[in-house]
Amino acid sequence: MKVLIPTPLRQYAEKKAAVDVNAATVGEALHALTSQHGDLRRHLFSDDGKLRSFVNVYVNDEDIRYLAKENTPVKDNDTISIVPSIAGGIDR
Amino acid sequence: MATTETTKAASTLTNDEILRYSRHLIMPEVGMEGQQRLKAARVLCIGAGGLGSPLALYLAAAGVGTLGLVDFDVVDFTNLQRQIIHSTSDVGRPKLQSATEKINAINPFVNVQPFETRLTSQNALELFADFDVIADGTDNFPTRYLVNDACVLTGKPNVYASIFRFEGQASVFATEEGPCYRCLYPEPPPPGLVPSCAEGGVLGILPGLLGVIQATEVIKLILGRGQSLIGRLLLVDALGMNFRELKLRKNPDCPACGTHRTVDKLIDYNQFCGIRGEESSVNATLPEIQPEELKQRLDRGDDVFVLDVREPHEYQICNLGGYLIPLNELPKRVHELDSSREIVAHCKMGGRSAKAVEFLRQAGFTKVRNLTGGITAWADRVDRTMPKY
Repeated sequence: MKVLIPTPLRQYAEKKAAVDVNAATVGEALHALTSQHGDLRRHLFSDDGKLRSFVNVYVNDEDIRYLAKENTPVKDNDTISIVPSIAGGIDR
Repeated sequence: MATTETTKAASTLTNDEILRYSRHLIMPEVGMEGQQRLKAARVLCIGAGGLGSPLALYLAAAGVGTLGLVDFDVVDFTNLQRQIIHSTSDVGRPKLQSATEKINAINPFVNVQPFETRLTSQNALELFADFDVIADGTDNFPTRYLVNDACVLTGKPNVYASIFRFEGQASVFATEEGPCYRCLYPEPPPPGLVPSCAEGGVLGILPGLLGVIQATEVIKLILGRGQSLIGRLLLVDALGMNFRELKLRKNPDCPACGTHRTVDKLIDYNQFCGIRGEESSVNATLPEIQPEELKQRLDRGDDVFVLDVREPHEYQICNLGGYLIPLNELPKRVHELDSSREIVAHCKMGGRSAKAVEFLRQAGFTKVRNLTGGITAWADRVDRTMPKY
């Protein structure tokens, strides 16, 4: 299935907008993604391996927090979206 | 809010207004009643910048009776690429002055209420109390959480949009039945993981696109028409020109609007977002070099290796002839550097190069310093012919 990478995180995924992975659950899909793109890991997961609270993950249009979280099953034609909080065009 | 009777009296349209709003009046979704609602409405726009520009202009043109604007900034040249409420001749003037003039020029029937102040935990509740709808056009996390919490506490809908480069999000938060921003994101990202100026920037039309979506949602809320973005997060990708939407749910455990809420008053949002402390602790311990000293050293022919940690597209705008390794690539390319030489690292303003210096020191480089204020300070203090961006 396809994992959509949001603009702020594309720099850690070789500038790709989407990455194809094979997985049975959301957790496996994110694991496959961060295996291919190691730099993404610390942006998605905290040191104790938990999904960061400012990064939301959706299967199609549903938030996995209201499904089975990282155990949410996924099929080949599903789309997984990573949606981090963005603040605006801030320039520091 | 005013009573129905006084609202009606205050929102009666004059003949001039009827002519002005005729294209609204002849459509059944607005009509006379809708236009009077718009006239009676009080909308507060937080920020008169990228999102606030189209938002305020369209709300004014549409006939929103009272427009509050909160901003304390001054127009600068880099604003003009997207903040279309301000003109070139406004550079250096307070944004509120410029915005008020433009709104008055578009629609003299609008009562503009400028608040030239920073929105804070001290003034937000009092400000919001006077308005029906709050439109969040801010550009930083502390103010976003402040706006959200103040909307939840005062029971005002929060019409939200946010932008990054060529991607945006929009929704309507904090209505009675719908989720709030904290339902979506309970906590802000720590500052270190927020994209810095290296990855920043924004396509100028994007705040236009998202600001107009915000204006549309404000007007729908006032009219009580259509399907609001309540409970939906709209994702806009201007590069692919894709519009997607995700379902948002009210989180029963939300600290702001859940069943056991813990946010019962406004807090220190800078602290909440970890803004203070981190930056000062990083910069305090790092060795720095002033632009004037670097210039002297280079002119003398000293062996100083200038390391530029910006992105290649920034290097094309202006450079000091330094060796380019973008900050992100530094860990992989550190072997290209000679630790026995004196190194001066720089970026645009000094933030990214501070991280680079810290990284290099941890990697065993002892003769590495940060150029204070980056290439921008160099342009200000050493070479006035160098472009600033």
